[in-house]
Amino acid sequence: MDIGVRKRATAAGRAQRDQWLDVYRRMLLIRIFEEHVNDLYTGGKMPGLAHLYIGEEAVAVGVCHALRRDDYITSTHRGHGHCLAKGASVDRMFAELLGKEPGYCRGKGGSMHIADPDAGNLGANGIVGGSAGIATGAALSAKLRATDQVAVCFFGDGALNQGLLYEVMNMAALWKLPVIYVCEHNVYGEYTHSSETTAGDPKARPAALGIPSGEVDGQDVRAVYAAAGDHVERARHGGGPGFLLCRTYRFRGHHVGDINRPYRAREEEEGWIRDRDPVRILGGWLAQQRLADAAGLEEIEREVRAEVAAGVQFALAAPYPDPSEVAEDVYA
Amino acid sequence: MREMTFGQAIREALAEEMRRDSRVIIIGEDVAEAGTVFKVLAGLVDEFGPERVIDTPISEAGITGVGVGAAMTGMRPVVDIMFGDFITLAMDQIVNQAAKVHYMSGGKLRVPMVVRTTLGATRRSAAQHSQSLHAWVSHIPGLKVALPSTPADAKGLLTTAIRDDNPVVFYEDKMMYQVKGPVPEGEYVIPFGVADIKRAGTDVTIVATSSMVYVALEAATLLEAAGISAEVVDPRTLYPLDTATLVRSVQKTGRAIVVDEGYMRYGITAEIAAVIADEAFDYLDAPVKRIGAADVPVPFSPVLEDRTVPTAHSVAAAATALCGPASASR
Repeated sequence: MDIGVRKRATAAGRAQRDQWLDVYRRMLLIRIFEEHVNDLYTGGKMPGLAHLYIGEEAVAVGVCHALRRDDYITSTHRGHGHCLAKGASVDRMFAELLGKEPGYCRGKGGSMHIADPDAGNLGANGIVGGSAGIATGAALSAKLRATDQVAVCFFGDGALNQGLLYEVMNMAALWKLPVIYVCEHNVYGEYTHSSETTAGDPKARPAALGIPSGEVDGQDVRAVYAAAGDHVERARHGGGPGFLLCRTYRFRGHHVGDINRPYRAREEEEGWIRDRDPVRILGGWLAQQRLADAAGLEEIEREVRAEVAAGVQFALAAPYPDPSEVAEDVYA
Repeated sequence: MREMTFGQAIREALAEEMRRDSRVIIIGEDVAEAGTVFKVLAGLVDEFGPERVIDTPISEAGITGVGVGAAMTGMRPVVDIMFGDFITLAMDQIVNQAAKVHYMSGGKLRVPMVVRTTLGATRRSAAQHSQSLHAWVSHIPGLKVALPSTPADAKGLLTTAIRDDNPVVFYEDKMMYQVKGPVPEGEYVIPFGVADIKRAGTDVTIVATSSMVYVALEAATLLEAAGISAEVVDPRTLYPLDTATLVRSVQKTGRAIVVDEGYMRYGITAEIAAVIADEAFDYLDAPVKRIGAADVPVPFSPVLEDRTVPTAHSVAAAATALCGPASASR
């Protein structure tokens, strides 16, 4: 091997390593962010509701890693992970969760409504399945404006039984819209097992509309990224919509206050947390591939913890909006 | 000035705005080749093509949701909801999404979308194709609501609706599409929140919306014969509402009747009556009278349906009752 080839190979290897270390960092950022949300909430510093994304990090990060900054996403009530994966900063996220002025929505949206249009995030949504129309409309808009943007609609398995989803999937299929429907199947819609609410194979539903669908291990970020990438590339080049079923699990309750969780077995939770932690799965792969060692991963964690801690401090110190702002932004 | 029908005026506003702004698209059921069931959009697809006049499946929630997403990302969709009754199917998209996106995002996102839909009974279409549900959307902060009564107002208000950066629900009385009137040529814009006095008078103010303006005008003619001078005020938009013009009229006449084709209870008439009572109480010689559709599902049989809607005679009778004793004491 001559030196030029080896150099190129090394550069490609470095790019590969940096890519996955970045993915690891982002997943860890979501994990640690959410742990702090939990603490802020239980410490009485965060009003409202907190639906944690812990355990599902590989879905948001794997999918968003396949997107450009100008691509669109729509998110859900469990949306912190999507926002961070698409590029939101932790300080303004925390500020919004606390209802503070520098928050992404100047304190008017809160946990369930964070929007960050600069990063293509058209907003989280408090209505289960409610954003399916918005994502599909963004895809129609991209097509009409002849950009090559794509839109991703994140939703949980609970939204599989909302009619709106099928209305807009039908239109996306008819009009070959660049939209990917990403189902985060975390097994429980609020407090009810999906087997009690959802008949048949979810993938049969897009299949009936002629929408290409795939199923992936939602705890394996590399698999999610590869599958999402295929759908994104097809959509970007005029191939129409896709549907990706990501099998994942909500490590915590429906929201922070869902403590006892009588609807599921402790052994089931412990099994997922022990064996199927997406952050640990990627960390193990990085070590196995010699792309990072324990010290390297610990260094990343230190940096992420410092970033999150600074974000919390920023939000705690930030001012609340002036009460007079209550009537601003009702109309454009 | 040239005359055209209400339906033609709607079509002209859309065509002019679509020529002016390539972001304006029409999306709805049977809007392209069919030009809608009311034929209002006939021919637009020939000029603008199926990419901008988009026939959709029968999926009101989906159509509206797609409109919201397109509006948030650079388009200016005009969503067609064939019958106002069907807006119930799209309510989450209108009320929880379109109306709130701007506020919830702290002002960063906008939804410049128009939902065109219909109201009005007496088409013998029974309970699910005849309602006037404009009070529902008027209740929701974040939405604007327009309901023109004349061809000229239809053109001017629809142009404004399309150019507005907020979601606007635009109501057309399906019984008015053939009504003719003068319509200005070329660009014609009527600002929202400006009521129009359709007939000047001194004894009683009749506030009337949409096709009820014609009922009020006919009542005014009947009243004139009885020596009562009625002023007919058309708010033209329910939000924003031109309270100043309503109040000024009542300050002059001292009496007010509000006529609207929505259900009476908790309806538009109640809101406008309350505004007048609040802001012109000292000028009122009598309580504000409300006349709306009967609080029943709209029946099919013509003899029953005709009993449910306000008529010129019912409005004139109410005005006479309001003015009678006071007139006698003068």
